[in-house]
Amino acid sequence: MIRDGIAVGIATGTYGISFGAVAVTAGLSVLQACALSLLVFTGASQFALVGVVAAGGAPLSGAMTAILLGTRNTLYGLRLAPLLQFSGLRRVAAAQILIDESTAMAVNRGSAPAARVGFLSTGLAVFVLWNAATLLGALAGTAIGDPRTFGLDAAVGAAFLALLWPRLSDRRNQVVAVCAGAVALGLVPFTAAGVPVLAAGGVALLAGVLTHPSERP
Amino acid sequence: MWLAIIVAALGCYALKLAGLSLPERVLSNPLVERIADFIPVALLAALIAVQVWSDGPALTVDARTAGLGFAVVALLVRAPFLVVVIGAAVVSALVRLA
Repeated sequence: MIRDGIAVGIATGTYGISFGAVAVTAGLSVLQACALSLLVFTGASQFALVGVVAAGGAPLSGAMTAILLGTRNTLYGLRLAPLLQFSGLRRVAAAQILIDESTAMAVNRGSAPAARVGFLSTGLAVFVLWNAATLLGALAGTAIGDPRTFGLDAAVGAAFLALLWPRLSDRRNQVVAVCAGAVALGLVPFTAAGVPVLAAGGVALLAGVLTHPSERP
Repeated sequence: MWLAIIVAALGCYALKLAGLSLPERVLSNPLVERIADFIPVALLAALIAVQVWSDGPALTVDARTAGLGFAVVALLVRAPFLVVVIGAAVVSALVRLA
């Protein structure tokens, strides 16, 4: 089980290289890219912040987008808490490595000790490799200069699509995705960069209110 | 930039800790659960759209669209993450050269 965790860590580490490179080409310093990976440590949110900044948006609207995407981790925590049964300082420390990967490797275990091993081995492996990879990618990105040269600007969209992909098997998610994309593009010419993405979050609210619970598959 | 990094770090950590600390019944509100499930979908889709089809305040279709097209094909054949991302970058760089 620990070996599984390390394998997941290596896979996401490679994704950290792209994050580091993209962050630096978006205009962040190497130190800022590394600080994001150490302190924020949740991939989609980090990519979102950097993506908004790369598009010329205010860093704080990037931070808001990052935080909205981070609500996902709250749901993971709610599901994992009864399984992991961490309290006190352990909970405070465990919270930092509560991410997609560590949740996936813990949520289907039958017992608390097994869930903890899955969670900790994956979370720690991803943490170490993600941060090391960010540094490597950031240093490589510094050497690249203009992100357009190697198509790194296109890499960001592809990274978001890869994160979204598993959720697109659901019909309602497909509708939400298309509407949110359309709303964001519609707002691009009229609002400051960063605003369109945040406004598209409103589509999620609307979809939640309009969807009838019984339609849930 | 540093302020944004600190705000994002505090916000994201608080959300993680809240998940491990709040009682599980928060999830039993179906509206909260549905909206929470839709938020990442809406934001990621919006990020893709803005990242690929806008340039400042203008909407454009350029080499990045070809990169995204490659990503779709790569995901359809279940290529690993790095292949999807690097392939998209290479394809759009090649289209710019052409």
